Amino acid sequence: MPAGIVSYGAYIPKYRIRVDEIARVWGDDDDIARNLNVYEKSVPDSDEDAVTMAVESARNAISRGEVDPCRIGAIYSGSESHPYAVKPTSTIVGEAIGCSCSYTAADFEFACKAGTAAIQACLGLVGSKLIDLGLAIGTDVSQGAPGDALEYTAAAGSAAYVIGREDLAAEIEGTVSFTTDTPDFWRREGMPYPEHGGRFTGEPAYFKHVTSAARGLLEKMGARPEDYDYAVFHQPNGKFPIRVARKLGFSKDQIAPGLMVPMIGNTYSGAALIGLAATLDQARPDDRIFVTSFGSGAGSDAFSIRVTDRIDEIRDKAPSVRDYIGKAEYLDYAKYAKHKGKLRL
Amino acid sequence: MTSKAPRFWRCIPQRYNLIGTHCHNCGEYYFPPRTLCPNCRRDAKIEDYKFKGTGKVVTYTTIYNATEDFDRMTPYSLAIIQLDEGPRLTGQVVAAPEEMRIGMRVKPVFRILGKEGERGIIYYGTKFVPAEEEIR
Ligand SMILES: [Zn+2]
Repeated sequence: MPAGIVSYGAYIPKYRIRVDEIARVWGDDDDIARNLNVYEKSVPDSDEDAVTMAVESARNAISRGEVDPCRIGAIYSGSESHPYAVKPTSTIVGEAIGCSCSYTAADFEFACKAGTAAIQACLGLVGSKLIDLGLAIGTDVSQGAPGDALEYTAAAGSAAYVIGREDLAAEIEGTVSFTTDTPDFWRREGMPYPEHGGRFTGEPAYFKHVTSAARGLLEKMGARPEDYDYAVFHQPNGKFPIRVARKLGFSKDQIAPGLMVPMIGNTYSGAALIGLAATLDQARPDDRIFVTSFGSGAGSDAFSIRVTDRIDEIRDKAPSVRDYIGKAEYLDYAKYAKHKGKLRL
Repeated sequence: MTSKAPRFWRCIPQRYNLIGTHCHNCGEYYFPPRTLCPNCRRDAKIEDYKFKGTGKVVTYTTIYNATEDFDRMTPYSLAIIQLDEGPRLTGQVVAAPEEMRIGMRVKPVFRILGKEGERGIIYYGTKFVPAEEEIR
């Protein structure tokens, strides 16, 4: 029984700050943007949060696929910035997109991979026919303490996927995960900003998990990197996904359409899913897409996806990722600090 | 602090999705929703109606000084918006003060309307942004 993506939608706030502007304020050197391969990052408006962005991306997914929200039997929202510690994001999304009340819901947390975990949960429920359609969302308004290295990349964005069995725009051919207990990045309850293990976040965390999940999936599918037209990897900065792609044998051309981090920063739970959305925005029927997320703590979910004919029917019924990227309005650091309510030093 | 959660909860359909009513008999639209149609009285055929949320600014005011909870949003503009179906409502337009003009087309977005301080509930709902086709 094939299952996969019935529709998808993305959302990126319109404000941007240039990484050079942040470096100027903190007196860091000019090479930071180039070293990170991140030049601009998205900034939420002062009345936007993980919930409002989840709703916007979900509404885009509903209109793109002309999905009847009453068919949705599960909503799972993945984020590390749910605005409530207790009170789900997913119920607000369900109400705002006009679902019936006959759906199950929960919020997922797994650093930056909570959204892909939500897709896997929906695949299970859809594949076993417990529900008709599932809605999986990755949404984050990520936080970096002022002056911390994370501040250069911590951005905001969301992507939503309607998962089902019929009218697929892309079939999910297979998925493999790789998970270990690795404390590379964390935030304790009640703390406003996360902590991280510095260089420890690279080799034993990102690279080990992404390559293990990706190789596991290639083996399961009996496929090689060149069998795919596109690849998307979690993108905490602009360097890691390029390096991991090379390590696995994917080319720069394969990852280019989904490499959004240089223009919008790290959208955490949104990152791999916005990258996939940007790739679907330009994929052709029968193209294959390889996707691997990463969440600190740590784990990776890898997906093998094959685009169907229906992509051409639905593509233009909602804004593309590049439509949002094109709408940028730039802030200086003072306005940015005010937007983020960052003055709690 | 007493939470306004129950009052907010009752208004969720209106605030999230602009659910009003429509009288099938005379064709009139109502927002906020009415359960009686003053035009038709006993002949009224009232049903729920989800407004498209597109409309135009009839008039507006820009707020530069606000109470503590809204201070971070200043300057912001409150407008009377005429929805395309007819009814008028008051809503916030998310736009720079210099972008605002009477007659501008707007479309709905989902935003935070307010918060009950640090501990209370967060009010979500509909605000408006300039609709692209009108940007010149
Ligand atoms: Zn009437």
